[in-house]
Amino acid sequence: MVGKERLENVNPQVFTKASQRVESSTDWDDEVYDPFDAREVFDLVRNIRDPEHPLTLEELNVVEECQCDVNDAENSVMLHFTPTIPHCSMASLIGLSIRLKLLQTLPTRFKVDVRISPGTHASEHAINKQLNDKERVAAALENPHLLEVINKCLNPRGQK
Amino acid sequence: MATALETLTGHKDRVWNVSWNPQGTILTSCGSDRSIRLWAKEGDTWINKNVLSEAHTRTVRCVAWSPCGRNMASASFDATVNIWDCKANEIECIATLEGHENEVKCVAWSASGSLLATCSRDKSVWVWEVGDDDEYECSSVLPSHTQDVKKVVFHPNADILASASYDNCIKLYKEDADDWSVFCTLNGHESTVWSLAFDASGHRLASCSDDNTVKIWQEYKPGNTEGIATPNNEPVWKCVCTLSGYHNRTIYDIDWCHLSGAIATSCGDDAIRIFKEHPNSEKNAPVFDLILTIPQAHSEDVNSVSWNPAVIGLLASSSDDGTVKLWDFSKIF
Repeated sequence: MVGKERLENVNPQVFTKASQRVESSTDWDDEVYDPFDAREVFDLVRNIRDPEHPLTLEELNVVEECQCDVNDAENSVMLHFTPTIPHCSMASLIGLSIRLKLLQTLPTRFKVDVRISPGTHASEHAINKQLNDKERVAAALENPHLLEVINKCLNPRGQK
Repeated sequence: MATALETLTGHKDRVWNVSWNPQGTILTSCGSDRSIRLWAKEGDTWINKNVLSEAHTRTVRCVAWSPCGRNMASASFDATVNIWDCKANEIECIATLEGHENEVKCVAWSASGSLLATCSRDKSVWVWEVGDDDEYECSSVLPSHTQDVKKVVFHPNADILASASYDNCIKLYKEDADDWSVFCTLNGHESTVWSLAFDASGHRLASCSDDNTVKIWQEYKPGNTEGIATPNNEPVWKCVCTLSGYHNRTIYDIDWCHLSGAIATSCGDDAIRIFKEHPNSEKNAPVFDLILTIPQAHSEDVNSVSWNPAVIGLLASSSDDGTVKLWDFSKIF
């Protein structure tokens, strides 16, 4: 997985990044209830680094704001991500990174589903099943080697 | 009704499983903090009697009591099963069963206490013989599933074993000339089967799944009056009821109360639900009614439910929220 000699996707297409979120006048007002929205969830995952390239998931169009569905009242988050190529062997790892990031940052009241955008990966069903089996995810995150790889994606500049 | 009798705190992380000793006097809980906790009633309240803080080197997924109540077995993601001696006040680890390649997800004792079954992400089910002098010998390795095996349970009075898997199916095993083999495969669930529970008679089995349904399976023995074919003269198990539309997310656990006949489920939508067979229900097309839902039983996923084997209506539950809860449902029966 790590230290592969040949890149799977040698020349990925790079997309422009979204601009900063525009602050509203009530953002800093503690009296105003500020529900989680798609942009907020997108902001949490956009800077996760691709395991293969020195690029972010946003720059590779793996995650997009329009693919984050958030229902604050019902405590649900559904995020679809799009692997850069249909046979990408990193898809599980990317999904796991997104999952861990949301696990670490969203309030525990949220039910989070992370899935591959329909029709964009050869093993879509198998990977979706894996990513949404919390026992498998929990066991994977207890694996120190895997966790190290994921942490490199989550903290690209080496910050812990 | 919707408030817990007791909320037991102490675990520092997700609590995967709760289980009772056969007398119903001790409750065990275990989870991601690698510990096993034992709880018992003192006066009117349940208190934490023991903490086995370094029970394993990784998550403790499941704890099961031997039918005699002297030993406890714990299954862990560290690929081992530990056997604990609980006779004295000081709980002692007396054996470690090694052999599975990776995470052990469940452990179960047979009704006689002479057998132990374990299952793992390595796709296999192992049957161990319990000898005198605390010796445990593996008697069968059963690579019967094509994916992780999530759960093993023994029949309440016969040496029949059932396993549930990520491969969406359930397998039933029996002993055949010193070796164990599959005699029936139950297909029907559309995703991972997380847990299983036999009813008191052992003629029915309940299963719960990631497909958000519960299924009730019934045994048809050779020569059954219903005329169900039994190839090779083996009993056949058929799905006689599917409970769909009740659960909104994965159902992680199911337990069939042997005292009341009630079925409890624990779900990823934070709820506990209780089902009971309708009084006029037909044997071959039974109807189960949802008699109670506790929508916010816990503040996160409910991972496990377990009926007390001695006190009717007493249910324990555990959750990702780190708590264990006790519920009194005696009034609804």
